[in-house]
Amino acid sequence: MTSATAARPESLRVNNQVLLALAVVAALAVALCGFVTLAPNRLVSGKPVALWQAAPSSGPVIIALVLALAGLALAPPIRALHRFAAMLAAMLIVVALYAAGGAAQRLGAGMSALARVSLGAGFWVVIAAAALIVVDGLQRAAAGPLERVAFALAIVAALAGLAASGALDALSLVHEYNNRQGGFSAAVIRHIELVAGSVLPAIAVGVPLGLLSIRRERSRGPIFVTLNLLQTIPSIALFGLLIAPLAALGLGGVGPLPALIALTLYALLPVARSTAAGLGGIDATIADAARGMGMTGRQILWRVEVPLAAPVLLAGLRIVVVQAIGLTVVAALIGAGGLGSFVFEGLGQDAADLVLLGALPAILLALAADFLLQLLAASVRR
Amino acid sequence: MIEIDRVRKTYDGRTVVDDLSLTVPDGAFCVFLGPSGCGKSTTLRMINRLVTTDSGTIRVDGEDIASLPEAALRRRIGYAIQSTGLFPHWRVEDNIATVPRLLGWPRGRIADRVTELLELFRLAPETYRRKYPHELSGGEQQRVGVARALAADPALLLMDEPFAAVDPITRDALQAELARIHKSTGKTIVFVTHDIDEALRLATDIAILNRGRVAQFATPQDLLENPASDFVRDFVGTQGIGLKLLSVRKVRERMRPGETAEGAPISADAPLRDALSLMTVRAAALLPVADESGRVVGTIALSDLVR
Amino acid sequence: MPRSVAPHPEERSQRARFEGRAAPLQFLTTPALWVAILFVALLVTMPDTGPIFHWAFPQVEPPVYQRGTFVALFLSHAGIVGVASLAATFTGIVAAIFVTRPAGRDFRSIIDALATIGQTFPPAAVLALAVPAIGFGPLPTVVALYLYGLLPIVQNAVAGIETVPPAVRDAAAGMGMSPLQILARVELPLAAPVILAGIRVAVTIGIGTATIGSTVGALTLGTPIFDGIGGNKIPLVLQGAALVALFAIVTDLMFARLEDRLRPSSAR
Repeated sequence: MTSATAARPESLRVNNQVLLALAVVAALAVALCGFVTLAPNRLVSGKPVALWQAAPSSGPVIIALVLALAGLALAPPIRALHRFAAMLAAMLIVVALYAAGGAAQRLGAGMSALARVSLGAGFWVVIAAAALIVVDGLQRAAAGPLERVAFALAIVAALAGLAASGALDALSLVHEYNNRQGGFSAAVIRHIELVAGSVLPAIAVGVPLGLLSIRRERSRGPIFVTLNLLQTIPSIALFGLLIAPLAALGLGGVGPLPALIALTLYALLPVARSTAAGLGGIDATIADAARGMGMTGRQILWRVEVPLAAPVLLAGLRIVVVQAIGLTVVAALIGAGGLGSFVFEGLGQDAADLVLLGALPAILLALAADFLLQLLAASVRR
Repeated sequence: MIEIDRVRKTYDGRTVVDDLSLTVPDGAFCVFLGPSGCGKSTTLRMINRLVTTDSGTIRVDGEDIASLPEAALRRRIGYAIQSTGLFPHWRVEDNIATVPRLLGWPRGRIADRVTELLELFRLAPETYRRKYPHELSGGEQQRVGVARALAADPALLLMDEPFAAVDPITRDALQAELARIHKSTGKTIVFVTHDIDEALRLATDIAILNRGRVAQFATPQDLLENPASDFVRDFVGTQGIGLKLLSVRKVRERMRPGETAEGAPISADAPLRDALSLMTVRAAALLPVADESGRVVGTIALSDLVR
Repeated sequence: MPRSVAPHPEERSQRARFEGRAAPLQFLTTPALWVAILFVALLVTMPDTGPIFHWAFPQVEPPVYQRGTFVALFLSHAGIVGVASLAATFTGIVAAIFVTRPAGRDFRSIIDALATIGQTFPPAAVLALAVPAIGFGPLPTVVALYLYGLLPIVQNAVAGIETVPPAVRDAAAGMGMSPLQILARVELPLAAPVILAGIRVAVTIGIGTATIGSTVGALTLGTPIFDGIGGNKIPLVLQGAALVALFAIVTDLMFARLEDRLRPSSAR
């Protein structure tokens, strides 16, 4: 009798290898790395402190959650259980942050006011692993966009609540934020201004370019070769190349202007390309039928072609915005302001918290924009 | 000889091959015929272990295929599929040379074999060997696909609806070529199709499958004359059965030996349908019959066709 | 800096047409060659352009970046990008192979999610975050480039392997190729153009991010730029910027040629 692979005993089957792997990684991080780091002052680098030393009360909760997640990896692949794993992981994120905040309070209490308690490698790995488990769990549960939004909002709300309640105030990162509060909000606003100030003009110029490339076959080559060429130039180089002519024109070399021009130029390619792909990818017979029904060119464009091309256009918008957020970080180097200013100031002073103060919000901004635009695209697709 | 012994295959609770047993004789052109989902492709792919049986055994020339390493087994068996699966990044000569290279043939021998096969399939070797698959027409691709399957000169050839995706004219030509090759090489061919006419034309033995079981395993003639069940009868089709019978029966079976008639003779191995066609064209009710050498050995009359 | 995956296929062929086909004598007319020559010429002769910069910006002294040769900066820059890209290519392809085998199928969707999420991270932020963990110098730059380059390579390698037509895979298995042979002789060669496109994205972004690496202690063609910005010496900024831009363009053009070379033999 030929038989296929021998069946393993049901109870020992690892049904979710990803979950197990991530849970193991989290466990190892907790065991081997410092959950937080403790430094007597700003100049000395911190010493790692393990979880059980740092947070004796919340630590066991974290470990319990990690073990529960590992156990769930052996569970049968039922959607509800995948959701449950995602929920446990979301809880883990919140508890980990709470534990870190509590650890900062505990450890900092006995030391001078200059002492710093920072988030350690263990914390970051746990957070990252937990976030991935949430993503994986929701994917396996085939969660719809509404459910994903609900999860995201719940986590954000819980974290915001933690921050508002002051549970995190002892962390060095929060200290840094408190020190720079005014500048921080200004930086965030400037960052968003730069992104909007480059994406909107890019759309105004890029969409017509994209349309031109479809309508006039000859223009297609030169347009896209030029735009591709622009895209290839590293951002700081383009910023730099613009400084000189702008200075010569008396518009001041350093500052937001060269950044805005460069950012707009960078945004042109994704906009033009997705316009061309979206509108160019529509079957010619559709426009033909619309014209046959008596629609004018403008009506065809707005009522037929744009709705059909919407998914591609929105995908392009998503790329453009995320790219712009990233490039704006670099713009701080030429004095344009934005979150990058904290990043590079922190690098200059060897102050990790300052770097984090700039980098984290930039990353979160990009993730949020990506998430929201993804939702927008998904809702339009219906 | 292929012995398929009570094999079974279930996918997600659906039994695709259900306790199926079948023996394919050496040198046969065995067609697995049946509607979609009857398990014919699955059964074929069990022979070269692309599909693992849940239970049951398959023996090729007495050896249990489960006891052989997979790759070694497959290199001994030719395999041609509907979409050809030609490697797009390799030229025709490299595609055909695939199995010989896997077997470690010397380069000279491989090159000769490629030439031989291209000629066999009436593709000018010097023109075609350096072409890429995307430069070939559908029919040419199929020819190369079958040539590739034959490259290492396997005794057994498995073919999964290889001609289903080509136009009828090309299909007719390919069928003729395959029949010719089968006759001259004496290989065992297992051929899957859903086309009853293709089966009747090519097969020495037909296995009609239904829902994972063999509904009937017989020669084409037997299938037409003695269908084993209503299913077989319906599948073969009641329309034009007489004409199908005419295309299956050979002149040799109905001729009158020793007699003579006027006009160019018809081959004794031709189907009765060709005789009818010839009679219609000539407006003659009697034809001379010749053997392979062209010597007249008898006659066939219109009334013999419908005896 | 391009963040998105390789250009639209039609643009690729447009560029191919624009740049000339790969015929023997026409090699001499390809832009890649001439831009490369221009780049190398500028790289070597930049110090000699001092008088020009001095004339345009009389108040800046010295008018040309002095703290090292541009060639040395270029080699360091290329070295950082090269090492990181090679490591990312190797790891990325291995990861993609793992994820497309039965053993790794479970990880397929999370790797995709990871690559998508990771690519929304601003490269500069990734670089900056590497410093507290690793320190200053070229190492955090290499690590950041490696991590960031991994994403498009893995994504493209997975996509490339998965778009091998199932019939081709079936035929390869049916003819008796072992899984390793199928991978090496069929899947990887067919995925090669797409993988190369991913490597191209990784390298292009890498060149840009490495430029910023000068702020964390790496020696690159960006070093003159930052020196110039800090000391308000525009000539230095221009020198660094022009060379970096040319470097990036030359590399991108060369990759484009390479892609075109790989493409004709495996038409889809």
